[in-house]
Amino acid sequence: MLNIFIRRLLLAIPVLLAVASLTFFLIKLAPGGPFDADKAVSPQVLKNLNEAYNLDASEWEQYVDYMSGILRGDFGPSFRFPGRSVSEMIATGLPVTFELAFYAILIALLIGVSSGVLAALKRNTFLDFIPMAIAMIGICVPTFLMGPLLVLIFGINLEILPVSGWGQLPGDKILPSITLGFAYAAYIARLSRGGMLEVLNQDFIRTARAKGLTERNVVIKHAMQGGLIPVVSFLGPAIAGLLAGSFVVETIFQIPGLGRFYVEAAFNRDYTMILGTTIFFSAMIVFFNLLSDLAAMWLNPRSRDAS
Amino acid sequence: MSNSSTLWSDAIYRLTRNKAAMFGAFILLILIASAALAPWIAPYSYSFQNLELGASPPSADHILGTDVLGRDLLSRILYGARISLLVGFVATGVALVIGVSWGIIAGYAGGKVDSIMMRIVDVLYGLPFIIFIILLMVIFGRNLWLLFGAIGAVEWLTMARIVRGQVMGLKNQEFVMAAKAMGVSNFSMFRKHLLPNILGPIAVYATLTIPQVMLLEGFLSFLGLGIQPPMSSWGTLIKDGVESMEEFSWLLIYPGITFTITLFALNFFGDGLRDALDPKTTDN
Repeated sequence: MLNIFIRRLLLAIPVLLAVASLTFFLIKLAPGGPFDADKAVSPQVLKNLNEAYNLDASEWEQYVDYMSGILRGDFGPSFRFPGRSVSEMIATGLPVTFELAFYAILIALLIGVSSGVLAALKRNTFLDFIPMAIAMIGICVPTFLMGPLLVLIFGINLEILPVSGWGQLPGDKILPSITLGFAYAAYIARLSRGGMLEVLNQDFIRTARAKGLTERNVVIKHAMQGGLIPVVSFLGPAIAGLLAGSFVVETIFQIPGLGRFYVEAAFNRDYTMILGTTIFFSAMIVFFNLLSDLAAMWLNPRSRDAS
Repeated sequence: MSNSSTLWSDAIYRLTRNKAAMFGAFILLILIASAALAPWIAPYSYSFQNLELGASPPSADHILGTDVLGRDLLSRILYGARISLLVGFVATGVALVIGVSWGIIAGYAGGKVDSIMMRIVDVLYGLPFIIFIILLMVIFGRNLWLLFGAIGAVEWLTMARIVRGQVMGLKNQEFVMAAKAMGVSNFSMFRKHLLPNILGPIAVYATLTIPQVMLLEGFLSFLGLGIQPPMSSWGTLIKDGVESMEEFSWLLIYPGITFTITLFALNFFGDGLRDALDPKTTDN
């Protein structure tokens, strides 16, 4: 286990370095300088600006500078918001995005696992069909449609929940969390149903039943440990998806999180902000993938013993 | 060949018996036909503006109503279908070409080549590709073909894995060895011997990739980073709908329904195809 962890962690370092370098040079390919879009500035001002942002150095120097900055956790200054550093903006946006993602994944796991396990246990009954039909809806209705529809129903027509914001009005965290979590609840429901069905047919479950365990114990102690492995492996990629979903959800609900900052940076061509957040997101996702793979491996006795 | 034709005729038989899949196929055919025929069947041009009318609810003249600029919503949905479906099919095609070639080469070569190629896939799997697509769109401008290529370049990974697994299973079978012994070149081995035998899983996965690609396009267009006006896809229509949903909810609801139904149809058809080609997986 520890070996695999260390090996994967070591592999992650060159990958992230490659991502950071690739992104850096891609950004350099972008047409136009960062100060072109604003109203024309005098050559002297432009020169000073370039000097201030170290843009007059050779690209190689800038690269070395930037990479060594990242290692110290310094992603450089924002091109669009003078006086603010990218690291600062990540630090303000990240807790909000994490909180949103946390609620979303909580909702997804609670609804997804319980309905998936129930559907597997009550296979081919009403309790199987209904949740699975709802799951299909969750998969087919994209987040960017689900969010506005929920706002339309609960915010505008029924007027029971706030339509935007984060932590300003009571209950304003409910709609964004549900919007983001719903699609994942659907995937998790399908995965846990499939995983449980596979496990429930196996001999060790029959043994557990034969030795007189209560059905509750059979399900919780024996079946779920194996049956939910697919869900655990899915959590890594899900984090990546949640991040992308946060772009949409934070835009719809005007939540001041990292996702919205990223989309705004993309619009404003705030290159340093895009660069910094891309590298940061990549690092985060590589890390979470690693974590979820390890958790899945640890849950599966076969691969646990093999290592 | 009698063996493979039995597989396909069996599959078609099973597929035609699957009501959900047939319903999906039916909807898809209608959609594709109406997208293709949009210039002839759309009641108005997608850019025709009737500014005096403004946003109007569904009526006899405009079955699905008009948007803020007085443009007929039905016509815009029909023209939007062209872009959305085009993205779905072209980007999936790109993913197919890359993924299948990658998977066949890795699976057939085996050994070191295989482990390096699949390690690359593993690494790419772990990266946040949506961010890179956004990055590309920002840097190189919001170009339709770049969008196709970028989405396709992201979605090939799973295809490569599936194909590689299939090829690994095939390459030790007698007919492949026989072909090798007869001196068949690598290229015709791929094209004539391996590819026809893995068409089933490829078809299934391709069908299931299309809705994902369409979702991705919708996602980018919704953020304003995908299709740019005056062109419209369903993603941009939903985006426009959201902006005015408080007063004119039909502008969100009809494009939303169309998009969702299409995704349903594609998923039903894909699931049905999978069940038909591989009856073992029906339970999952």
